[in-house]
Amino acid sequence: MSKIPQSLRYSDTHEWAEDLGNGRYRIGITDHAQALLGDLVYAEVPEVGKDLQAGTVCGVLESVKAAADLYAPITGKVLERNEALSDSPQLLNEDPYGTGWIMVVAAESAAFAELMDATAYAKIAEA
Amino acid sequence: MTKQTALYEWHLAQGARMVDFAGWQMPLQYASQLAEHKAVREAVGFFDVSHMRPLDIEGKDARSLLRHALANDVAKLDAHPGKALYSTMLQMDGGIIDDLIVYYRGGDTYRIVLNASGAEADTAHFQKLIDQHAWQVTLSKRSDLGIVAVQGPKARVRVADLLQIPALESLKPFTALEQDGFFIGRTGYTGEDGVEIIAANTLLPELAGRLLTAGIAPAGLAARDSLRLEAGLDLYGQDMDTSVSPYASNLGWTVDLRDSDRDFMGRNALEAELARGEGPRLIGIALPAGIPRHGYVLEDAAGTPCGVVTSGIFSPSLQCGIALARVDIPVAAGSILQLVIRGARKPAMVVKPPFWRQGAATFSFTEEC
Repeated sequence: MSKIPQSLRYSDTHEWAEDLGNGRYRIGITDHAQALLGDLVYAEVPEVGKDLQAGTVCGVLESVKAAADLYAPITGKVLERNEALSDSPQLLNEDPYGTGWIMVVAAESAAFAELMDATAYAKIAEA
Repeated sequence: MTKQTALYEWHLAQGARMVDFAGWQMPLQYASQLAEHKAVREAVGFFDVSHMRPLDIEGKDARSLLRHALANDVAKLDAHPGKALYSTMLQMDGGIIDDLIVYYRGGDTYRIVLNASGAEADTAHFQKLIDQHAWQVTLSKRSDLGIVAVQGPKARVRVADLLQIPALESLKPFTALEQDGFFIGRTGYTGEDGVEIIAANTLLPELAGRLLTAGIAPAGLAARDSLRLEAGLDLYGQDMDTSVSPYASNLGWTVDLRDSDRDFMGRNALEAELARGEGPRLIGIALPAGIPRHGYVLEDAAGTPCGVVTSGIFSPSLQCGIALARVDIPVAAGSILQLVIRGARKPAMVVKPPFWRQGAATFSFTEEC
C-alpha cells in the first residue's frame, strides 16, 4: 500500500501538490509513482521561471531501465526547484513527500482546487 | 494466459513486483533493483530463471543435429562430458533464430537451455531438421524442470556449502556436474562467477527458502538486465534477432568455421558476409552525461546518423549511461560519437564490451569525453 497523505492534492499523472499559501504550491511525485518507476538515477526538472501548462511534459525522471516523463500537475510558473535532486535523485524514492519534492510553483488557487483529494487519488493509485 | 514458474507463489510472498516477460509471470524486482544489482556484484544473489527452457536431446544422431543447427561446433564437447558451449542458431541467411547454451552429458545426450520467447519455435525447428534428415534423435521438453541462477563472487562457495557439494569449488567455467537431483552449471548472465541450478520444479521452493535463510537474497529481472548489460552480454529480441547475423551482434567469436566439412545452417551466408568484410556491428558506448535508451540515434562527427541504441541503461556499477548500439560504419574503441537524447547531442565514447569486469570498469573517459 502506497502512502497518500490527506493534506495534499493529486493529479491523475501521479504528482502531488501542497498549498504553501500566497498562491505558492510545492510539487512532487507520489509514493505510488516512485514505486512504479523504481530506483531513480536522474531527474531533469524545469528551470526557475519556466511557465508550466497542466497535463503537459515538463521534465524527465529516469530509472536504471527507463525514462519517464514528468508532467506538470498544475498551470503556473516555477519559483524554486529542488537542486538536491541533481546529485541525489534517490530522494524521490526515499522521501517523495518530503526531501524528494521537485519544485515550487506559483499558480491560481482555482487550479489547485481542481486537483483530486486523497480519497479520489487512492482509487486511481489502487486501480 | 501467462505461465507461472514453480516459484511464483514464493515471489509473491517475498513482495516481488511481477511482470509479464515472454509469456511468463516473472519477478521484476523485490525491494530495490539497485540493492539487488549491488548484492550480485559484491557478494551473491539469486534469480529465478525458470522461464528459460531445458530441452534434452538424445539419440545416435544428436551430435549431427547440433553440428548442423548451431553456428558453434559441439565437436568441442566430444570426450568432455559436463562441458558446455554457448552458441547461436541461425537461419539460412545468417539471421539469429536464438542463442542458447548446450551441455554435453556424455554418450549421445545433450541438454540445451533456450530463451523463453523462442523455446517452442526452436523445438519445432529442431524437430523439422530431424525429420528432414531422418535422424535418430529424441527431443524431450523438460517442463518438469526449473532453473535458479546463483550469481556473484561468493556464489559458488556459498552454494557448495549450502548443498554440501564440495566439488563445486573446483568446477571449471562452462562445466556442469549432476548430483542429488541438481544439474549445476558454472554459467550465468551477470558477468560474475556463479552457477545455474537446474532442478525439478518440486525442489525449487525449498531451494529458494534455503538460499534465503542462508542470507542469499533474490534478485529480479530488472537487476538481471543491468548486470548483463554491464557485462556486455546481448539480450535476444533486443540486441539481436532474425534480421542480424552473429557478426553484426558482437558474437563472431561464437561462430566456428574451422571444420570446412561442417555444413551448418547459415554458414554460406556468414562466409559471404566475411568475404564482403563490412556490415553493421554491435558496439558499446558510455556517456559521462545522459542515459542512453533503446532506439536513440547515434551520429558521427559530421552529424550524420550512423547507428541506433539496442539496449541502454544507467549503469549502477559505473554510475554513468552505457549501451549496446548497432552502427553501420566502422568505429574504433575510444572514438567519440554523439548520442541524440531528446534533441540534445551528448558525447558517447565507443567501448569494446564488457563495460565492467572482475570488479572494475574496463575503460575510462578521456578529456574529449
